[in-house]
Amino acid sequence: MNDEPISQAEKAAAIGTAERARSAGEAPTLFDVQEMELNFGPQHPSTHGVLRLVLKVDGEKILEAKPDIGYLHRGTEKLFETETYPMGIPHTDRMDYVAAATNNHAFCLTIEKLLGVEVPRRAQLIRVILDELQRLSSHLVWLGTSGLDLGAVTPFWYAFREREQILDFFEEYCGARLTLNCMRIGGLPFDLTPGWIERLLEFVDDVPARIDDYEQLLTDNRIWKNRTVGIGVISAEECVEYGLTGPILRGSGVEWDLRRAQPYECYEELDFAIPTRVNGDTYDRYIVRVQEMRQTVRIIRQCLDRLEEGEIRGKVARVIKPPAQEVYASIESPKGELGFYCVSNGTNRPYRMHCRPPSFINLQALPRLAKGHLVSDLVALIGTIDIVLGEVDR
Amino acid sequence: MKLLTPTVLTYLKVLILVATVPAIVGFVIVFAERRLMGFMQVRLGPNRVGPKGTLQGVADLLKLVTKEDLTPGQAEKAVFFLSPVLAVIPALTALSVIPFGPPVKVGKVSMPLWVAADINIGLLFILAITSIGVYGIILGGWSSNNKYSLLGGLRSAAQLVSYDVPMGLALVSLLLMTLSLSMVEIVQRQQATHLWFVFPGLLAFFIYFVSGVAETNRNPFDLPEAESELVSGFNTEYSGVKFAFFFLGEYTGMIIISCVAVTVFFGGWLPPFPNVPAFDFLGVIPPFVWFLAKVGFFIFCYIWFRTTFPRYRFDQLMALGWKWMIPISLANILIVALAILWTPGRTDGLVTLSWIFGGFFVLMFLLAKLRQKLARRDRLAAAPPSAQV
Repeated sequence: MNDEPISQAEKAAAIGTAERARSAGEAPTLFDVQEMELNFGPQHPSTHGVLRLVLKVDGEKILEAKPDIGYLHRGTEKLFETETYPMGIPHTDRMDYVAAATNNHAFCLTIEKLLGVEVPRRAQLIRVILDELQRLSSHLVWLGTSGLDLGAVTPFWYAFREREQILDFFEEYCGARLTLNCMRIGGLPFDLTPGWIERLLEFVDDVPARIDDYEQLLTDNRIWKNRTVGIGVISAEECVEYGLTGPILRGSGVEWDLRRAQPYECYEELDFAIPTRVNGDTYDRYIVRVQEMRQTVRIIRQCLDRLEEGEIRGKVARVIKPPAQEVYASIESPKGELGFYCVSNGTNRPYRMHCRPPSFINLQALPRLAKGHLVSDLVALIGTIDIVLGEVDR
Repeated sequence: MKLLTPTVLTYLKVLILVATVPAIVGFVIVFAERRLMGFMQVRLGPNRVGPKGTLQGVADLLKLVTKEDLTPGQAEKAVFFLSPVLAVIPALTALSVIPFGPPVKVGKVSMPLWVAADINIGLLFILAITSIGVYGIILGGWSSNNKYSLLGGLRSAAQLVSYDVPMGLALVSLLLMTLSLSMVEIVQRQQATHLWFVFPGLLAFFIYFVSGVAETNRNPFDLPEAESELVSGFNTEYSGVKFAFFFLGEYTGMIIISCVAVTVFFGGWLPPFPNVPAFDFLGVIPPFVWFLAKVGFFIFCYIWFRTTFPRYRFDQLMALGWKWMIPISLANILIVALAILWTPGRTDGLVTLSWIFGGFFVLMFLLAKLRQKLARRDRLAAAPPSAQV
C-alpha cells in the first residue's frame, strides 16, 4: 500500500487546514497541523551515521524526504592534492570505513593505470581475496544493521560474529582491523603470514552454513516479508537514470557488475554468478546481497586454489611522478561502482583527484524511494541503500 | 489470632504483593531476559555483578534511581509527572486478583490466602484496570512535547485500544466454559471438568496471547517504543525513577498477561493431569510453584519472541488486529457456544472441540513448513545452477 504518490492537491489541502486554523486566530496546535516537519537525524540510531533527513510528514506518511549531508565532510579529495600519491591510500580507508580494502584497491588501481604498472599475479589474487573478504564483511554489517532497523535483533549478533572473524584475518594480514591501508601502488605491502590460507579455507567452508542461519531467521519470515516486499520499488530504467549501481541495480534486474563488465585484476578467469532479481524492492535487494555473500565464498576458494609463490610488488619507482594525463578507474565495491578520476600534472602529487562514491550517488534515490511510504519504512529504505556516511560526505 | 482479621490479612497480602513484584521484576525477569537473550544471540549477557551476574537487576535499579530526573522545559509538567504513575499503578493493582494458589482450609473455613482479593468479577476487573495503563503511555508521549514521543504515544493509543477488543472477545469464549469471572472459581472449574481450558480454547488462547504481547508493547509489536524508528517513542524524554516506573509498568504488564493466561487457560495452580491417579506424584510440588513455573514459561516466550521476530509496521499491525483477530475471535465464540450446546451439562462437546482444534493446528503447522520448503526450492531454482553454494 501507500505506493500512490502524494498529489499536489492533497498537499495543498493539508497546508490549507493549517492555514485556516491560523487565520481563525487560534494558535495551531500539533493536532491542527496536518503537515509536520520532522528532523530525522543526525543523531538517530537508524540513519547509519550522521545523515540528517528533513521529513515532511502527514501523520506517519512521508510527503517529502530531503537528505541533508555533509556532517562528516573532511575534504578528502582536497587532501589528496596536498600529499604524494602513496600518501593518499590511508585517506581512502576513512571513506567507506566498513570496506577499506576495496577503497584502497580502487585508488591503487587508478594510479597504476596512470603509471601503466603491471601488478604481479600473486598480488592480484591476494587483492581479490581481500576484496571479497571485505565484500563479505560489508554485507554482514549491512545485514545486521538493516535487520536491526526493522526490529530483528538476533541476526545482528550472528552477522557481527562472522565479521569479527574476518577482521581477525585482516588484522593478521596487515595489523589493522578497520582502516586497513592494505594495498600499495603496484601491489601489496606484505605477503601472507604462514597458516593464513589454511585458516581462511576453514572459515569460508563454514560461511554457507552461517548464511543459512541468517536466512532461517529472515528470508521466509512473514513479518520480514511484510516489511520489505513492495517497499521502495524502483525500476531498472529509473536506476540507470539515477546512476545507481551495485545491489540496488541488480535487485531491479540489471545484470551489471564491474567484475564481469570490465574485469580488473584476475576476475575474468574466475567463475562466479551475478545474482539478480526482478522486482526491485527491499526484499529483492536483501536476496541479492545474501546471494552475493554466497558467491564471495566461491571466489575466495578459487583464488586460494590458484595462489602460487611469486612477487607481490610490481616495478614502481620510489618517487612516483606519473606523466601529465587524466585517467578513471573503477571497481565493484560492496556498495556499487567505486571509481577514482585522477588528473596528474607531472609532479609527485595529483593535480585533482575525484572520487565516484557509490553511497553518495545511491543516496540520491532516497527521496524518490521514500515518498508515500511510512516513517517505519524509511528506516528500511535507509538500510536497503546501504550507505556509509564517511563515503557520502568524504 | 484476633489480630489476623480479614482486613488486616488483606493489607498484609497487598503489602507482600507490592513489595515482591517489583523485586521479582527487577531482579529475576530483567536478569533472565538479558541473560537468555545473550545466549540466544551468541553472546554472554551480564555476568559481572554478583555471582554469575545475578545482582545485575540491583545495579540497574540503583543506576535508575540515582540518575538525574529531568523534565523538559517545554513539557506539560503535571501530566509529565503523572503519566509514569498512571502506567504503573493499574498494572500493580491488577495483580491483586491473581490467585497464586488454592484457597486454604483454616479450621472449617476456606480462606483465599493466595489471592489478595478474591472478588467475583476478577477477570473483568483485570481487563478494566489494565486498560487504564494506556493513559500513562499516551499522556507521557503527549506531555513530553517531543514529536517522536507524540508519534509513539499516538501509536500506542491506537494499538492498545484495537488489541483490547480481540483480547476481550477471546476471553468471552472462555467465559462460556468457566461460567464465572472469579479467578479462583475459573481454576476450580478446570479441576471439576477435568480439562484445562486451553484445549477447547486453543484458538482463543492464541488470540489472547498475541493480543497480550501487543498490549504490553513487546516485540514484535513494540511500535510505541520502536528504538530504531522513534528512538524509544513515548519514553524518550523520561529518565531516572520516572523511566523506571514505565519500565516496571511494562514488565508487570507482562506478568499479568502471563498470569491470566495461566489462570484461565492452563489451570492456574493445578499440576498437569490433576485428576489422573497415575500423575498424583506431581502434587508433591506445591501449587504455588506450579503457578510460578507456568508463568515463567510465558515470560520465557516473551523473551523468545523478542529475539526472533522483526517489528510489524503500524498499518500491518492494525490490519492484523481488525481484519484477522477480531473476526476469528468472533467466529470462535460461535464455535465454542455450539460445542457447549451440543452436549448441554456435559463436557463431551468441549473435548471433541479440543481434538478438532489440535488436529487443525498440527495441520496448519505442517502446511506452513511445507510452504517454507517450497518457497526455498523456488528460490534455488530461480538462481542459476552455478550460483548455488
